[in-house]
Amino acid sequence: MFFQVLYRVLTSADLWQAALVFGTLYLLPALGGLMSERSGVVNIAMEGMMLTGAYAAVATAEATKSLWVGVIGAMIAGGLMALIHAVVSINFKANQIVSGIAINIFALGLTNYLVFIQTQGQGLPSLPGALRLPTISWGPLANIPFLGQVLFQQNIIFYVALLILAGIQFLLFHTNIGLRIRAVGEHPQAADTAGVNVRLVRYLCVISSGVLSGLGGAFLSLGIAGIFSSNITAGAGFIALAAVIFGKYTVLGTAGACLLFGLGNGLAVRMQDTGISPYLLGTIPYILTLIALVGLVGRTTPPAADGIPYEPGTE
Amino acid sequence: MQESTAVAATEEVAIPFAVEMRDITKTWPGVVANDHVNLKVRKGEIHALMGENGAGKTTLMNILYGLIHPDSGEIYVNGQLAHITGPRDAIRLKIGMVHQHFMLIPPLTVAENIVLGHEPGSVRSVYDVKKAREIILALSKQYGLPIDPDIRIERLSVGLQQRVEILKVLYRAADILIMDEPTGVLTPQETFELFGVLRGLAQQGKTIIFITHKLREVLELTDTITVLRRGKNAGELVTKDTNQAEIARMMVGREVLLRVNKTPAHPGPVILHVENLHALSDRGLEVLHGVSFDVRAGEILGIAGVEGNGQSELVEALTGVRKITSGKVTITQVKDGQAAEPRDLTTLGARAEREVGLAHIPEDRRGSGLVVSDSIEDNTILGRQRWPQFSWRSIVLLLRTIANWAKKLIAEFDVRTTSVEAPVSSLSGGNQQKLIIAREFAAEPIALIASQPTRGVDIGAIEFIHRRIIELRDAGKAVLLISAELEEIRSLSDRIAVMYEGKIVDIVTPEATEEQLGILMTGGHL
Repeated sequence: MFFQVLYRVLTSADLWQAALVFGTLYLLPALGGLMSERSGVVNIAMEGMMLTGAYAAVATAEATKSLWVGVIGAMIAGGLMALIHAVVSINFKANQIVSGIAINIFALGLTNYLVFIQTQGQGLPSLPGALRLPTISWGPLANIPFLGQVLFQQNIIFYVALLILAGIQFLLFHTNIGLRIRAVGEHPQAADTAGVNVRLVRYLCVISSGVLSGLGGAFLSLGIAGIFSSNITAGAGFIALAAVIFGKYTVLGTAGACLLFGLGNGLAVRMQDTGISPYLLGTIPYILTLIALVGLVGRTTPPAADGIPYEPGTE
Repeated sequence: MQESTAVAATEEVAIPFAVEMRDITKTWPGVVANDHVNLKVRKGEIHALMGENGAGKTTLMNILYGLIHPDSGEIYVNGQLAHITGPRDAIRLKIGMVHQHFMLIPPLTVAENIVLGHEPGSVRSVYDVKKAREIILALSKQYGLPIDPDIRIERLSVGLQQRVEILKVLYRAADILIMDEPTGVLTPQETFELFGVLRGLAQQGKTIIFITHKLREVLELTDTITVLRRGKNAGELVTKDTNQAEIARMMVGREVLLRVNKTPAHPGPVILHVENLHALSDRGLEVLHGVSFDVRAGEILGIAGVEGNGQSELVEALTGVRKITSGKVTITQVKDGQAAEPRDLTTLGARAEREVGLAHIPEDRRGSGLVVSDSIEDNTILGRQRWPQFSWRSIVLLLRTIANWAKKLIAEFDVRTTSVEAPVSSLSGGNQQKLIIAREFAAEPIALIASQPTRGVDIGAIEFIHRRIIELRDAGKAVLLISAELEEIRSLSDRIAVMYEGKIVDIVTPEATEEQLGILMTGGHL
């Protein structure tokens, strides 16, 4: 019985479509986190940046009655949260883990507070269809059995995320800027003495992590859920962090890890008619994360200077 | 200062100095690193910047390269007042620096490391692998420094890494090259090659500032010398008119005994016996592939080798810090020429080994020799705090006894400090090292393992430490000396074991030349 359901679920287009939706949700903040870590700044605050982005998306879309202004608002809000992390960890050389935790807690409190004063504790209503991110159907391609539903009837952000994925891979490994980012993350003293502006590179990378996380948040509230509710991200930013580590700090590895975690999430949704408690099923992505981290990857090596503030003139 | 005026008078005054630093002052909290320091370097010369550790050499050069900002003072480059606020400004002024600890990024390729920060094309463009490769091949041909541009730095030897550093500076079209203690990590052959390269560069009109504390190198390579002492100018010399003793006196401020005086050894029975020792590295790979040797009573056995060939792991294995996977280590007490029953050390931990009578001067004094934030008195009983004279039933410390003990030790071993309650971090490197030696020698060991005992220590303190080690030998103890300094190994040891890739490849007499040792150290045979 159980295996029959499992087989049916695994071969259904619904599952794979869902896997890609959740995979996208993890991929955006994960790519952001990757940029930050590659430049040598540990970033565990994607969760908070996403949550802020998710709220800002709904708030600005509602206020301006424009979906795309909402998306941009989310990216700016995420970027501003990241700016806090950048200032604290690059200028003030504070502990980056503590800064990340603080931002996550701050984001949760801030969004709850803003929703509360906005609605007097009622909670935000669902968004009208015009303010939701559209699904794109690629004409005849969408009618291909299985693949059509999985690949060619996805939310617009899925395709945007694919472009960003390719863009970041190209940026990091085929451009002069990418060379500098990797150099700064591995050995900031060496980069500095070679004439690279370490602070600038780190600032830009950390802010880009916030912008991408904010976009991920917008995808969640304006795309998947159509509503903002308290703590709507529910750990997605942390799964993204795990994906970066599981992906061994590479772009393609991270994307693969996001797909795997997305699949776990899809399974949790689609397996509910097996009679297994939905709460238990809900833990699948997180269990996958743990197994992936301890079992499959073993030790991954972060960029050598990851998490270490740069002090000019020291060796 | 007299020398400097003499030199200036004979040269053409019209040509500006390549580098002139005037009245440079830099204060760190509690220390004046540079106190109104002046430096004048002529174009096309190799100029030595000498001084003991903490004399302010590296600080002065970091100021010239823009890594540190001086509190006051002026810098002129080719006669022009220069405002250097960061390495980017220095690079623009055609100043390049090869740092003591290489500024290379191990997972990146040679080409990527060289062009970093000044990549072909604009910042925003695609990284041009082909162009970068071409530029580097041309550059390496022009200066006679062959290198493979596509290999990753982590796969290069230290000598080749240094070559990449030099190419990096040349790629930025530097006319003034600062070399910060470039020979510390090189084998004798690599040093020889480096000197050839530097002479060639000087002939092509490059100006080279060579930071070092090695007297012999300065006499061999440089044209002129500036000596710093405790952050101040101690004098300027013309290399061909001076000698080792004069430079040493200027560096230390008093007469220094450069030669080690020692009588021939009278080796007794074997004290430390090491047989077919195997051990793993931190990464779980075998680094010691069957090391065997004996150290006798009244003998110093030196271990020479390029760093990273298992010396550190050997010391850790012998001192009970690293697990021995197979093999045997024994220690034998010798009294009046009579050997007692050998004791097996193979499985003992560090604490038990100390109790048996093995003393250890670790290579990293701040990392594993001392607790630098703790007081001097606490550090003098570190590892011996359970001894009955220092604690009641190994629980309550007898503070007054410890303080007296510390006072006795610092007097006997000439540790210069204001108080035994001061933290060890307030001591200079040389005094920290003397403190370790005081502690280890005072335990009256049977055998001593001294790992890099004079690393980063001033000439004056080196003299003292060497004398103490020889005294220990003459008292009939066994000494195992591990040092990256070949001169130290050759002048102290009674026999020299050469280590290469986790094995002792040969044991030779101290009469072996540096060249012969160099061949053995790089895997060759005599």
